[in-house]
Amino acid sequence: MAANMALPADNKETWNGGGIKPFGASYGKMMMWFFILSDALTFSGFLAAYGLTRFKFIDSWPIADEVFTHVPFIHGEFPMIYVAIMTFILIFSSVTMVLAVDAGHQMNKKKVTWYMFATIIGGIIFVGSQAWEWKTFIKGSYGAVKTTDGKILQFTKDGKQIALADFVTGERTDGVVQQTKKNGLWFEEGKAVPTYSVAQVINAYNANPDIQIRSELIDFSQKKKVILSREKGAEVLAKAKMVVEGADLKANEYGNTIFADFFFFITGFHGFHVLSGIVINIIIFFNVILGTYERRGHYEMVEKVGLYWHFVDLVWVFVFTFFYLV
Amino acid sequence: MAAHAHESNTKRIWIVFGILSIITLVEVYLGIIKPESLHLEGPGTSWLNWIFIILTLAKAYGIAWVFMHLEGEKKWFRRSIVWTAVFLIIYLVTLVLIEGDYLYDTLAPLIKW
Repeated sequence: MAANMALPADNKETWNGGGIKPFGASYGKMMMWFFILSDALTFSGFLAAYGLTRFKFIDSWPIADEVFTHVPFIHGEFPMIYVAIMTFILIFSSVTMVLAVDAGHQMNKKKVTWYMFATIIGGIIFVGSQAWEWKTFIKGSYGAVKTTDGKILQFTKDGKQIALADFVTGERTDGVVQQTKKNGLWFEEGKAVPTYSVAQVINAYNANPDIQIRSELIDFSQKKKVILSREKGAEVLAKAKMVVEGADLKANEYGNTIFADFFFFITGFHGFHVLSGIVINIIIFFNVILGTYERRGHYEMVEKVGLYWHFVDLVWVFVFTFFYLV
Repeated sequence: MAAHAHESNTKRIWIVFGILSIITLVEVYLGIIKPESLHLEGPGTSWLNWIFIILTLAKAYGIAWVFMHLEGEKKWFRRSIVWTAVFLIIYLVTLVLIEGDYLYDTLAPLIKW
């Protein structure tokens, strides 16, 4: 590595640690590595906390394949496909980044420019995909009922989950309307009112003998959620407290509340890293165009942001495994 | 590698990209079909989960060594990063997962399904 590190042409040594290079690494690169190390430990802390919580609720944790099943523009259930595409996008943008670094070693300004550009585009596509993933997660697709003891009850027909809209009929009849700025206090907006009331759902359940309730409990011999009998279902449904559609930080239709909290927090924190990576890449991209590094005599800055960008990819590899696969 | 910093490593980069892609495809394939013999049994967690974790570590190695060019750094600089992370993460994860298991053993009997 030492070979490609020319001395700073502008003689400003302050940000270069006075030109001293322990382990043959420049000040900036070394500090980038130690920042990455600390950031890696932060992410490990989050994923370890996720692991603890999952072990704590090991017999009732949501099954990822049943939660993340959507692909844009296509109807139907395709577990894993969409996150796999996102993973490819990020790995590919990592490749263009490393190609930019490689072109930088050859002092090829034009190539560095184009590869940086491709990397930025890849990053933007990834963040956009993540936004879509969040939108789908928040909106939900089936709806469920939450009981007074905090359990989520989903509805199934012939062993497959069905949406509330598939068997609950009619409009809300209990007269509850959403509080908006127009009909309430002008500075307050109420929480969105679910499409159906609890009483409606219970009536529809009683009226449709082929509907069964799926509990959160996992049957370990099958690794599937336990589907309750009609009688048992009516019994647990009597404790229904609210209808849940989609997800927020307080309730979600997929299962345990803290599952959605971890989803928002960990993928959100990662998405924020990608976003800041894009911003930093754009800054470096313009510096490349302006010829800053050409004049400096080396493209080490591209290498340093490259390290950060690869790290973001590295974290996603782990998030992908522990959120979607395991 | 370090000695040839000016040489182009483009070919190697594409090979690593190919390997990372194949690993991802294998993961996704196994995640979709979930072979029963791997999915429902195994030590601690299922065999399938062990496969996923090992493949993930293989990908992490590929990214860190080739893309982040750790292979070209001085040995002890590399170790100051990798060993620190690996030691602390293993330590944290071990303790925290044992604790999670304990919480399950303690709390699960209190939940009525």
